[in-house]
Amino acid sequence: MKFKMGDKIVGYINAMLLSLFAAICILPFINVLAVSLSSNRAIVSGMVTVYPIELNYKAYIKVLTDRIILKSIGFSAVLTILYVACALILTIMLAYGLSRKKLRGRNFILLFVTFTMYFNGGIIPTFLVVQKLGLLDSIWSLVLPVAINTYYMIIMKTFFSSIPESLIESAVLDGCNEFMILIKIVLPLSLPVIATMALFYAVYRWNAFQDAVFYISDPDKFPIQLRLRELILQNQINQDIQTDSETFVSEGIRAASLMVATAPILVVYPWLQKYFVKGMTIGAVKG
Amino acid sequence: MAKEIISFGTKFNTQSLKGYKLYFLKQDIYLYLMIALPLAFYAIFLYMPMYGLSIAFKDYNMFSGFLGGEWIGFDVFKEVFKMQQFWYAVRNTLMLNLLSLIIAFPGPILLAIMLNEIRNNLAKRFLQSVVYLPYFMSWMIIGGLLTQILSENYGIVNIAIKALGLPSVPFLLDEKLWVGTFLGALVWQSSGYNAIIYLAAITGINPELFEAAAVDGCGRLRAIWHITLPSLKPTIVIMLILNIGNLMNIGFERAFALQNPVVAKYADVISTFVFRIGIENGQYSVATAVGLFQSTIAIVMLVLANFIAKKTGEEGIW
Repeated sequence: MKFKMGDKIVGYINAMLLSLFAAICILPFINVLAVSLSSNRAIVSGMVTVYPIELNYKAYIKVLTDRIILKSIGFSAVLTILYVACALILTIMLAYGLSRKKLRGRNFILLFVTFTMYFNGGIIPTFLVVQKLGLLDSIWSLVLPVAINTYYMIIMKTFFSSIPESLIESAVLDGCNEFMILIKIVLPLSLPVIATMALFYAVYRWNAFQDAVFYISDPDKFPIQLRLRELILQNQINQDIQTDSETFVSEGIRAASLMVATAPILVVYPWLQKYFVKGMTIGAVKG
Repeated sequence: MAKEIISFGTKFNTQSLKGYKLYFLKQDIYLYLMIALPLAFYAIFLYMPMYGLSIAFKDYNMFSGFLGGEWIGFDVFKEVFKMQQFWYAVRNTLMLNLLSLIIAFPGPILLAIMLNEIRNNLAKRFLQSVVYLPYFMSWMIIGGLLTQILSENYGIVNIAIKALGLPSVPFLLDEKLWVGTFLGALVWQSSGYNAIIYLAAITGINPELFEAAAVDGCGRLRAIWHITLPSLKPTIVIMLILNIGNLMNIGFERAFALQNPVVAKYADVISTFVFRIGIENGQYSVATAVGLFQSTIAIVMLVLANFIAKKTGEEGIW
């Protein structure tokens, strides 16, 4: 009886502490959302906490009509779509090829590919290759050098390998070549895993910005993450200066821009979380 | 030897086998065509940079290319080791990572154990969804969130501090406080995500152990101490080895997004140093040498950590 009492208290304290941590995880988002919807006056007088004060959408209207920010959002959207398309095509082709046991030299190719997971040339040599190919300041510099994620490719290969051999053999007997088998038989059976990989690739491309910092210097081709950097730095410097009406505007705009850049991730988050956790635990069990 | 080759030759010349082989080669050609483009990607963007590492030992300039440039041995490394900025970057990288190891490493373990103690499945799933969320934000967005909530004049944290009657705290603009902010951001971003692996390990524990302990009158805390934690030990050791292997490495995006010029003294790490001298100053050989130095140390530390773990009777990562 005494133990059960103690257990209950432990349970309550545990639930309380966890709720507190969860609140800390989510609070910054709520705060920024509140700021993005508040009036400048309320923001600057330090009144905004978790709910908007003097609710208005001016910041969002400003962000979504600002030519420069809009351009970055558009560039990031085009980049993400282009990247997902290229990455999926290349990943699927390699994964399918490597899933076919009759491919001669399969083990060597697999070694050639997986070796890169453990060793790579590093940032500057990769930069020099991109530079030599004349890709600097081109959207392709953010697509081609990261076109295949070897880990995702192996997940896809494992999935393709699980498709019954007899299905593929019957297609061979019907005179299908490998391209037709891939398109007509393997792909329709693999839509869930392909959708998952598309999601992972898209989130990666939307979020990542290291390569953009290295390869892109033309402001017209800044992805949204680099544009955010400008807004953030501008703001940190502004904090030292006496706040004037100009800064008020950038406060709300920055919060609204953050929300706009976060929104796509939040929209796909339910699926993202589900499949990522699944993928990670599979990797953990196998590794 | 010669005999074997001849016998092979005669085998392949058999008429029926030849047709057989041709038929399959025709089939295979499509497969090779299919993987040609992906393999070209690996050759160009992953293997060419590996060869490019050689410029750390060369007098490289824009026009000489990977193949050109004169071999100069370890001169570039000697130059690197004379740079004071380099040693600052090494110091900061090690300092920030050691502090992360102490502060951020236990977080996910604790979080996983706590999540596992939540008996209500719906509540558990909800809490998991919330604590995993920060991991999926880009570091730039996290930088933006931090600038917002830690702002001295109108950030929510300083509003709370001022409500307690205390002076506002410059979390981002004071060098020492910035280190705390940097570590806090890491805990906030990665604890939930890293807890996944420990949660999976906890799920693998035989439930009979807990039942037997409960029968013996063992409370929850004691069950955690005597059953859950020991079962997690192999996972903890593996994560520790991987972390030690990464002691010399702080991701560029994290450092770049969170640092600002005011705190550069503690915030400049190897990855941002490489960016500065490599891309901004164009000293490609020097930057490559720094990168090579960093990955060499990382491999040595990984091997060393694994060796020590095995010596102490734990399972290593290989």
